[in-house]
Amino acid sequence: MNDIAPAIELKGISKAFGPVQANKDISIRVMPGTIHGIIGENGAGKSTLMSILYGFYKADAGEIYISGRKTAIPDSQAAIAAGIGMVFQHFKLVENFTVLENVVLGAEDSALLRPSLARARRELKSLAEEYELNVDPDALIEEVGVGMQQRVEILKALYRKADILILDEPTGVLTPAEADHLFRILENLKREGKTIILITHKLREIMEITDTVSVMRRGEMTATVKTSETSPPALAELMVGRKVLLQVDKAPATIGREILEVKNLNVTDDKGVHRVKGISFDVHAGEILGIAGVAGNGQSELLEVLGGYEKATGTIIVNGEELDLTGAKSDGQSRRARGISHVPEDRQREGLIMDFHAWENTAFGYHHDAEYQRSRLFMDNAAIRKDTEEKMARFDVRPPDPSLAAKSFSGGNQQKIVLAREIEQNPDLLLIGQPTRGVDIGAIEFIHQQIVALRDQGKAILLVSVELEEILSLSDRIAVMFDGKIMGERMPQNTDEKELGLLMAGMNGETA
Amino acid sequence: MDVMPKWADVILIPLISILLAAILSALVILAIGESPWAALKLMVDGALGSTYGWGYTLYYATNFIFTGLAVSIAFHARLFNIGGEGQALIGGLGVAIICLFIPWPHWSLALLGAAIGAAVFGAAWAAIPAFLQAKRGSHIVITTIMFNFIAAAVLNYFLIGALKAPGMEPATPKFPEATHLPSFQDMFNFGETTFFRGAPANVTFFVALAACVALWALIWKTRLGYEIRSFGHSESAAKYAGISPTKIIMVTMLISGALAGMMAINNVQGEAERLVLNAVEGAGFIGIAVALMGRSHPFGVLLAALLFGFLYQGGAELALWTSIPRELIIVIQALVILFTGALDNMVRMPLERLFLAMRRAKT
Repeated sequence: MNDIAPAIELKGISKAFGPVQANKDISIRVMPGTIHGIIGENGAGKSTLMSILYGFYKADAGEIYISGRKTAIPDSQAAIAAGIGMVFQHFKLVENFTVLENVVLGAEDSALLRPSLARARRELKSLAEEYELNVDPDALIEEVGVGMQQRVEILKALYRKADILILDEPTGVLTPAEADHLFRILENLKREGKTIILITHKLREIMEITDTVSVMRRGEMTATVKTSETSPPALAELMVGRKVLLQVDKAPATIGREILEVKNLNVTDDKGVHRVKGISFDVHAGEILGIAGVAGNGQSELLEVLGGYEKATGTIIVNGEELDLTGAKSDGQSRRARGISHVPEDRQREGLIMDFHAWENTAFGYHHDAEYQRSRLFMDNAAIRKDTEEKMARFDVRPPDPSLAAKSFSGGNQQKIVLAREIEQNPDLLLIGQPTRGVDIGAIEFIHQQIVALRDQGKAILLVSVELEEILSLSDRIAVMFDGKIMGERMPQNTDEKELGLLMAGMNGETA
Repeated sequence: MDVMPKWADVILIPLISILLAAILSALVILAIGESPWAALKLMVDGALGSTYGWGYTLYYATNFIFTGLAVSIAFHARLFNIGGEGQALIGGLGVAIICLFIPWPHWSLALLGAAIGAAVFGAAWAAIPAFLQAKRGSHIVITTIMFNFIAAAVLNYFLIGALKAPGMEPATPKFPEATHLPSFQDMFNFGETTFFRGAPANVTFFVALAACVALWALIWKTRLGYEIRSFGHSESAAKYAGISPTKIIMVTMLISGALAGMMAINNVQGEAERLVLNAVEGAGFIGIAVALMGRSHPFGVLLAALLFGFLYQGGAELALWTSIPRELIIVIQALVILFTGALDNMVRMPLERLFLAMRRAKT
């Protein structure tokens, strides 16, 4: 192995942002023609490391070797010249350009566009045949699905003669079928001698496709192992630094009376797009109904309507009483008064005010509650602080300091602050969206336990998640949403990721 | 973790900004052949060297406190109320009507009535742009600027029409004796020695101080303040929490307009004792600089208003006693606004880097 130079070798890379050491003395060797996984929790420093490799950041110390040659990468142009291509988590495409124009953009041969486009068209055709990277060159980006958009990003890199491809969380927006397609493409690329670095926090993907895997924790590279010689629990332990329970432990559900009933619900957003198309379902006490689906298929709007900040038509009945869906009582305050708590999908934009202290966030949405008032006019800030301290202790929020701004906590601890606030209201119905998005593995375990515990107290829970694993392990019943409709309901014990994946892609023989 | 300790943010940055503005001003004065040192001495003497000077400084500061608070409360809801000038003008109209047409038995009742009138008129003037913002999405910066011009025209209309005193001047008649507010000269008269002789500072200054405390409590201690700050930090989060954006925009702008309007009890009822054209003299715009420098904190606004009061009175003294032209004094005041308001980041960034380096050196 020592006679071939590694495709990429990093030696002693360090990078600090202010007082935060994002990367600490990181060394890594990636051999050509392999798929190398980099796994770690949010904030472990994976993205920083890749940004250094792609010339977005300059390392404070360390060296980069490409194919055995020491290479300076001051900017992304230099990275491209060195044969590095990057596929970002958030695609960098011009929405109203065609696929072809996006591929050529920034890599035109001359001032005249026509010859470049013609050459690109030929090249795209041969690349498509070689790697199963089929795209329609003349389709507009805004009109094609995320799967194809991602293929365009890969084509962009290959068109620029990239030998090393870095993919940052590539499956986050894909259905399982699309993810499988992506993995086939990556296998093809590997067979042709390309080197691939896959950044992810999903253990399953690492096990499925990589040859070697590096684990990062708190800015340090804690281990690099052959994938065939490790296991998911071992990797999880390396990521978190302690043993982690990956499976949710839960007793069979004791289903009670009906808490939530939704009948023929329709939502049209302010742009006039019909988001939710006549869906009906119910949730009972002591039950977790999981709503699966790729992001953007109406789940967010469903939560917003139930949470009281999106208008809708149809009928929603909670505890036997109909909710106001358009009038004066269709706001968050009225919903909370009806025993509905809501952990929103996006805690940074909705669930928390990032500049507020933790204690101010504890009262958020419940700032009218009697226990938080000193008098008719003044709030009882001391009582809120005390309450926050207690909640922080019960939900193991670290650091347990109510005076810290919400933005100073890690993703998992932010989520615990929201969860503590909503669960401790003792709601009849808990709405919870993406409970573990951007949350580290250690906190995921805790959050899942809290959700199951609430169910066991006989509460109704509506869970929306794009993570199929989460849906499968938490739900007592699963509904799949696609294009604003419920494609079908399944019991978790009678279904699998494959069937749900087909439903998520809108393929279904029966209708709900 | 914050990069800088709080004292650096609150005290050090404004101080450095002022120092920079002072240095630049000194260079300007030097360039026209005057002594910056003598000019500074004159300004300090004129504004702070006597109770007379203090009387003017505090009078101006009172105006700036009201308009500064008005801009601050709007900032907390992330609304930029540039209409303090117009709201203060219309507030003056309210004061004039209250003072001229109601036979007040005592100044204290007249003060209460005028304060309410000023607040209601100012709030009403802010309500229209607020409504347009909340319901129609018309940008409040644009509408409040336009309302400044409309306010000036409205005032003009009344001062040459219904409210005009006999004579040539476009102004109301003198307000009745009973509505005259006690000046500092009346209040601090101890027989032998009279303080603040001839200065316009009056009892309104204490109303302004009370307004600072009241606004501080409103912002940080009440439910309404909590909702205003929530909305200002994140509109999407406010919606999630069930806080109505329409309600917050309307209520915040009503409070803001009321505060700007209340400036009129100082300059119209307290000082002029009648309503004249352009009574506000730009204090509405100074309020923006005061709010920026005071970090939208009522006590910060108080300190910033005192500084600008000093600059106004000191500047007037300069114009009176030196050959520094009036226009250059405006340049100096503008430099202070520029450095403390607009160029905040110019001082902040290097200072943050310095503190970071110091912290890293320690660890």
